[in-house]
Amino acid sequence: MRIIVPVKYVPDIEAGYEFDQAGRLDRGGDGLLSQLDEYPLEQARRLAEQTGAEVVALTVGPDEADEAVRRALQMGADRGVHVSDEAIAGSDASATALVLAAAISHLGGADLILCGAGSADATTSLIPVQLAARLQIPALTGAASLTVQDGVVSVRRDEDAGSLTLAAALPALVSVDDKAGEPAYPSAKAVMLARKKPIDLLELADLGVDAAAVGAAAAKVTVVGIEPVPPRAGGQVLDAESDDVVAAFVELLQANALI
Amino acid sequence: MSDILTLLDDPSAEAERLAAAGRLGTPVGVRLNGGLEAHAQPGRVAEGLAALAEARAAAAVLLPAGLFGAEVGSLLAWRLDSGVITDVIQLDPDLTATKPVMAGTSLTRARVAGGVAIFTVRATAGGAGDGDADAAATAATAAAAEVVELPAAAPRPGEDRIQVTSVTGRTASGARPDLADANIIVSAGRGTGGDLTAVEELADALGAAVAASRAAVDAGWVDSSLQVGQTGKTVSPRLYVAAGISGAIQHQAGMRGAELIVAVNEDPDAPIFEIADLGIVGDLGEVLPAAAAAVRSRA
Repeated sequence: MRIIVPVKYVPDIEAGYEFDQAGRLDRGGDGLLSQLDEYPLEQARRLAEQTGAEVVALTVGPDEADEAVRRALQMGADRGVHVSDEAIAGSDASATALVLAAAISHLGGADLILCGAGSADATTSLIPVQLAARLQIPALTGAASLTVQDGVVSVRRDEDAGSLTLAAALPALVSVDDKAGEPAYPSAKAVMLARKKPIDLLELADLGVDAAAVGAAAAKVTVVGIEPVPPRAGGQVLDAESDDVVAAFVELLQANALI
Repeated sequence: MSDILTLLDDPSAEAERLAAAGRLGTPVGVRLNGGLEAHAQPGRVAEGLAALAEARAAAAVLLPAGLFGAEVGSLLAWRLDSGVITDVIQLDPDLTATKPVMAGTSLTRARVAGGVAIFTVRATAGGAGDGDADAAATAATAAAAEVVELPAAAPRPGEDRIQVTSVTGRTASGARPDLADANIIVSAGRGTGGDLTAVEELADALGAAVAASRAAVDAGWVDSSLQVGQTGKTVSPRLYVAAGISGAIQHQAGMRGAELIVAVNEDPDAPIFEIADLGIVGDLGEVLPAAAAAVRSRA
């Protein structure tokens, strides 16, 4: 069995980030593996332990995205594939799904594709279902839990109105949300072993993808402006030991006509 | 005016969704039947909407924010060779959309370039205020709007192999207000240690909704439908009381839009204090019941 986990390199939001004049994120700054991609990697690691499956971490992004793949290798992926091409910069979700689908086909397909619930930067959740559609396989999304037995994957999906249990025969795509098991922190040994695992580099030409079908010029969404949300200013901080915190709370409620 | 299709899958939000469409063009509600099970096959929904959008030369399609809406939007955009903007908090009459990115630390304004513009829209988005006049206008637009059934369509290739093996409905949580409508929200975090008594007592004194951080949901103390944060709900009440919540950036993404924030936490270094209008360092098991008693004595 082969499991492919598409992963994304995202800016480190807490370390600060910048946009260029076209409103595009500077993807060369400090970054890391999107936190929500750790959940599918953890599920892949557990399935590999049970079944001996091969786990491939796949990314599409600039040179720096290598770091996200390296982290995935520390978390148990056996090898990495990094699609990098200048023409890809500025791609929208559809174009990214196109490149991922082409890469997965180029690799000979997967029995199971495990995606995160959304990226930490734009959090659109657009890619998994479209990737599955392009590969003509089922997409079981928003999985809070996941099992694979006798070639059938089953997931539980929780929504406000209730829960669904979904099943499909492999090959299939599953997006895993952060209710699925907490990722194990890689051991020092795992980190060391990851250094020796291979990362294959691919370009669009290797995948037979036309450069005109991707990138900023092909994007169907145009950013016309971007601005930081002004940081909230903190107010007073009181200590319940020494201050009359209840009076302060009631005063705030009254001043704002909340009682 | 061109048709603006709006997908209706939640009866309680229909009037607002039709009114939001009415601010952009001629609103046409598209009712989705089939309950939760319909969410398992977004391709079928996208195909039905695509047929309708083409037949009526619609200018835009509005979908509910969230995973299901994003999936329908993604497949619809691919099918119509168009673009989709998710999680929109404001949609201007010229179809420029505003959405938060980077865990709510920035806002982008974006447009769909050509074709049918597709948006997933938060229930609270739009220009309407909440005054009586706006409520009346919303009701009038909704009552006058055309509502059609979603045309039947085949699932996309591959999607037809998905089996729904069980559906479990969730019953409403009772007397407290919904997170989306609540003026005040009292939210429980890891610091409650799983004892929600104090949080619920203050919430009930204030007529508030109860919410939770991801830590409290993961621990099984609170239902996941009440989670606030990047992977839960985004709320913008007049007052958000964070009880025992440290305030990681992922949590802030869901609540930084609150008008006022009060934080109660034992750890004076908790990041939540950096954005709280009133921070209280102390034991929430003592502070919250005392605050609840003070509120009740004034009622």
